Amino acid sequence: MTRPRVYKTEAIVLKRMVQGEADSIFTLYTPNLGKIRVVARGVRKPKSKLGGHLEPLTCSALVLAKGQNLDIITQAQTIEPFLPLRNDLWRTGCSLYAAELVDQFCAEQVENYHIYKLLHSTFLWLCEAPAAELVLRTFDLHLLSYLGYRPEFYQCVNCRAKLEPKRNLFSASGGGVLCPACGQTDLVAQPISTDAIKVMRFLLNQERSSSRRLRMSQELSWELEQLLRVYIRYLLEREVKSVEFLDRLRSSSYFLRSTT
Amino acid sequence: MSAAEPISRLIEALGKLPGIGPKSAARLAYYLLRASEAEARALAEAIITVKENTILCSQCQNISDCDPCAICNSQERDTGIICIVEEPLDILALERSGQYKGQYHVLHGVLSPMDGIGPEDLKIKELVERLKVSSVNEIILATNPNLEGEATAMYLQRLIPPSGIKITRLARGLPMGGDLEYADEVTLARALEGRQEV
Repeated sequence: MTRPRVYKTEAIVLKRMVQGEADSIFTLYTPNLGKIRVVARGVRKPKSKLGGHLEPLTCSALVLAKGQNLDIITQAQTIEPFLPLRNDLWRTGCSLYAAELVDQFCAEQVENYHIYKLLHSTFLWLCEAPAAELVLRTFDLHLLSYLGYRPEFYQCVNCRAKLEPKRNLFSASGGGVLCPACGQTDLVAQPISTDAIKVMRFLLNQERSSSRRLRMSQELSWELEQLLRVYIRYLLEREVKSVEFLDRLRSSSYFLRSTT
Repeated sequence: MSAAEPISRLIEALGKLPGIGPKSAARLAYYLLRASEAEARALAEAIITVKENTILCSQCQNISDCDPCAICNSQERDTGIICIVEEPLDILALERSGQYKGQYHVLHGVLSPMDGIGPEDLKIKELVERLKVSSVNEIILATNPNLEGEATAMYLQRLIPPSGIKITRLARGLPMGGDLEYADEVTLARALEGRQEV
């Protein structure tokens, strides 16, 4: 899509990289342009008018000018600062995980309005929800769906037979569940409990707003996280760095999760 | 035609410096070629010395030429206050203000989940050890007021055991010469939170 010389857009800031003396390069996710990389001049100076509006995990209204290589941010105004995400380390980590997944999965300048809405509502939800795990698993599943990687939880991905509540397996390379009979087709497939299959179906089918009523045990939540983690790692062919960070936070003796 | 081997080697080495592109590297290389031998030697020696003669201060983890460093060793500084900063350059900035007379602790980075930088990659363990052996009344968290700096400050706040040590955070708000109109919501919220009676 060709853009005019000066254009406006709303954007969520995913990532910031420093460049030169006082500039930064930002990775943004926008409703109509998808992921874009832009530069902002002088934002690291204390008196910069843009700086505060371009912190990662902020939703801002921007005016951009077409640049030779990267477009240049000329004006910025915060729309939603998602303040609670900044006041709690666990939530900061969780929202950076969501931002990192969007950054890793999306190519530049590929529009996907659903992903923008998903990211925006996930941040809003993380601001208020105590159960960040549920928010993140809902995010994982919906993001994968919008990207075309929706995992299959109704039929065996090999023989297409309807899944029975038996000892099924989850195959990352197959993109879904294998029935016990086809289990041998993927040697690294992991066992998936019937409850996990049900929760995954529920999270995929329900409106995101209604899945917040769900209550999961710690074990089930951990199972879902592990399965989706393997699947995401398989698709990205790399580790998600924020996952390591969240793990380290969890395993440290000072578990910082807020219960408020 | 490419430049003679020693020159292209120098251009390549200079080109690795941050902010120096191939054109600037070539210009610098030819400048050094024409410069007096004493000047070139002084530069070379300065580079060697900075690598050989600097160490991390075992107390504050700042880069120094002696251990403990001049600040940690100074009799005039208050040993009861430790100011925690991200980088050695932040110490220079704070020292320029001339307002702070306590000691420092350099983390050499900030928590950055997306870059895979966690608590183990920073000088946090050293800080905890330091707090065990020295009597400290106050800790000032002086990480940058951005997402990563705030995350690091939050982490440290929970980590430092509640043993009567006062933990403070540098005030966040409007910069001198700033403009309310252009201030973002987070800055304004923090500025209102931290308002002071005059």
